[in-house]
Amino acid sequence: MHPILKLIAQRLALSILLLFAASALIFVGTQILPGDVAQSILGQSATEQSLANLREELGLNEPALTRYFSWLGGVMHGDLGTALTNGADIATSLGSRLSNTMFLAFWAAFISVPLAIFLGLLSVRYRDRWPDKLISAVTLTSISIPEFLISYILMYFVSVKLGWFSSVAMINDSMSFGEKLSAIALPVIVLTLVVLAQMMRMTRAAILNVMQSAYIETAELKGLSSFNVIAKHAFPNAISPIVNVVMLNLAYLVVGVVVVEVVFVYPGMGQYLVDHVSKRDVPVVQACGLIFAAVYIGLNLVADVVSILANPKLRHPK
Amino acid sequence: MNDELKYLLARTAQGKYNRRAFLGKAGALGITAVAANTMLSSAAHAAGPVRGGTLSIGLGGGESTNSLDPAAATSQVIFNILRQSGENLVNVSPSGEIDFRLAESIESTADAKTWSFKIRKGVEFHNGKTLTPEDVLATLERHSNEESKSGALGIMQGIESMRVDGDSVEVTLTTPNADLPFLMADYHLVIQPNGGMDDPTAGIFTGPYAITVNEPGVRYVGERFANYWDDSIGHFDTVETLVINDATARSAALQSGQVQMINQVDPNVAGLLDRSPGLSVRNVSGRGHYVFIMHCDTAPFDNNDLRLALKYAINREEMVEKILSGYGSIGNDIPINAAYPLFDDTIAQRTYDPEKAAFHYKKSGHDGSPIILRTADGAFPGAVDAAALFQQSAAAAGIPLEIKREPNDGYWSEVWNKQPFCASYWSGRPVQDQMYSTAYTTGADWNDTRFFNDTFDGIVLEARSELDLVKRKALYSEAAMLVRDEGGVICPMFNDFVEGVRDDIAGWEADPNLEMMNGFAAVKCWKA
Repeated sequence: MHPILKLIAQRLALSILLLFAASALIFVGTQILPGDVAQSILGQSATEQSLANLREELGLNEPALTRYFSWLGGVMHGDLGTALTNGADIATSLGSRLSNTMFLAFWAAFISVPLAIFLGLLSVRYRDRWPDKLISAVTLTSISIPEFLISYILMYFVSVKLGWFSSVAMINDSMSFGEKLSAIALPVIVLTLVVLAQMMRMTRAAILNVMQSAYIETAELKGLSSFNVIAKHAFPNAISPIVNVVMLNLAYLVVGVVVVEVVFVYPGMGQYLVDHVSKRDVPVVQACGLIFAAVYIGLNLVADVVSILANPKLRHPK
Repeated sequence: MNDELKYLLARTAQGKYNRRAFLGKAGALGITAVAANTMLSSAAHAAGPVRGGTLSIGLGGGESTNSLDPAAATSQVIFNILRQSGENLVNVSPSGEIDFRLAESIESTADAKTWSFKIRKGVEFHNGKTLTPEDVLATLERHSNEESKSGALGIMQGIESMRVDGDSVEVTLTTPNADLPFLMADYHLVIQPNGGMDDPTAGIFTGPYAITVNEPGVRYVGERFANYWDDSIGHFDTVETLVINDATARSAALQSGQVQMINQVDPNVAGLLDRSPGLSVRNVSGRGHYVFIMHCDTAPFDNNDLRLALKYAINREEMVEKILSGYGSIGNDIPINAAYPLFDDTIAQRTYDPEKAAFHYKKSGHDGSPIILRTADGAFPGAVDAAALFQQSAAAAGIPLEIKREPNDGYWSEVWNKQPFCASYWSGRPVQDQMYSTAYTTGADWNDTRFFNDTFDGIVLEARSELDLVKRKALYSEAAMLVRDEGGVICPMFNDFVEGVRDDIAGWEADPNLEMMNGFAAVKCWKA
């Protein structure tokens, strides 16, 4: 087998193992939390009698291990089960939430990734001159302000004062594509501002690192324009670290946007997970956890594979 | 006001003339925007309800774990959805009277032990099925069943037997209860086909709006139900309810006009929000109250002098001013206020008195070790700050309070009703009896102060079966004094319901029962 294929196969196998470990960890985590789903559902209005009745109905009297394995067995057959709290089919509710999250993440990435790389290239080109300093200042400022604050500021000026976009980014199936895009405009801007700085600075640093190399000097001595040197000679050799940071930020766009979702009332995975964690609804938490873990592991896998492919030592084994 | 403006005002109120154009004309005549808006909303009221349009409501207090099963309803959003789409046998009106809904009339035997609810004819469920007394009976049975997990189980436990009697449902109680009709207004007791035994979460009810979109934790849509029996309510064609848990996002949505009504306006910003154009903040003093509860059977709180010391050591005015920003009223260490019928307003108001506090503290013989008060932001809005204020005012009386901040998560299962001294809230009940028998009588499920007092139990029981209102009021006054002077509850304040309403909505009325006009905002308002 080609060493690259072998490496990829190993990574895949490891990823699946990781997923199992993640699901076990999540389950243990939810068991450690105080209270159970029955207690959480009934909240302040719980009585001994109604608690006992609800526990019986939800099968909480079974041992924890039994519940974990019966859940795992279901997942193996593609059955995510039903939520303990409201009896909704998990796959159905998760499906629409996941596609919403992906929709938001996609558009945020669609804008932020090319923009970050372009800005990174630009700041290398004008290193230590005013465009570089301006880009750094703006992106660093935006990443230093908490997400919720940027959100509120945008909401106040763009939505309440100017009335351009809606402050409630609630999308649903009856909306047209254009309406959906307009609805998510504000969260996309916030997310772009949040992830831009890291990707842009990594691009800048990685390329600057390569710029020290002897072959860049050769290219410069050949008389190539400085943008050509950066884009054609330096950038390809800096791909690996850039892809790594891009993937990390993409993962963040899928699994880390709870605050933005809450503020803009966006029906994505984050809020869904938080609600179910606070209600101790283990099957849903497990399912969300698995998906999040899969996204993280998958994107890291992609980053690894790209790094491997970009590495001539591995591409041409001796 | 000149005749033209009067005419335009009437036309605008009926929705036949452009609102902005009217405001423009009014402005040209030197009438301020605020005055013009006030004129418009009173004219809209006078013009009476208008049919049609869409209402969007932004509500805090909903989760993606919610279901439409009335028995499991605990969130604010589901409460509102049930009010929009479902109906009880009766409602309690804003003035505290019985408003007959699915029950046409109610009769009781002289001893208030057997009650007969005559069920309205010609009422249809959203799925086309006609309402029968059997449906009502099944609903009541589902909530009172021993296997029930209903939130109404507590109030349904005094029932001995139930049966259908012709057009009526007859309920026989184990002990007399003059307030039984009020209990039937509890929002869990929404009547469902076959009592919801088949599919409790189907969302099939008899109310003015039929649910067409049910996305838990996101949004709900109700369409006006064409065959609804009562033409006088349910004016909108469509009601959309958005779950907006973030308070800032909620007020932004109201300001930008994406929603026309919101609940739970943060008292700290209510004044500012009220100054925004096109909307107003409304507040109603209700029965909800914020409390610090002490277990009367656990040391050191088993000493009445220590309890009194703590009651004198809290500064109620300061709490209302700083925690509620004035959107509330001071409490008197009883869970009852003027929003209740039969409230005795002659009971003297307890005030902050460091000297009396110090006197009782000394008399209690407490060893001077810190008294631990547990609190969390989730106990009530501002609970952590309120505890800090309490700590300061108690320190001035020489009482050492130690604040222990608990996580919101698990507060109701791990701290409340378990730890001897903690912060909590009650949203109140329609009648005094229910409040007392839910949380203060010896056998009550939620006796979170561990107040076991035979005299008190006897008084509440006697008042429950007393049909003479004067005698009843006297009994409740006695009960209140016992709770105030011997009970374990420190009740510094009653919180208002603070809500935001845009000017293009008419029909808002103050309802002290529960938030959002007792949940009936969408049912009773109309588009101005």
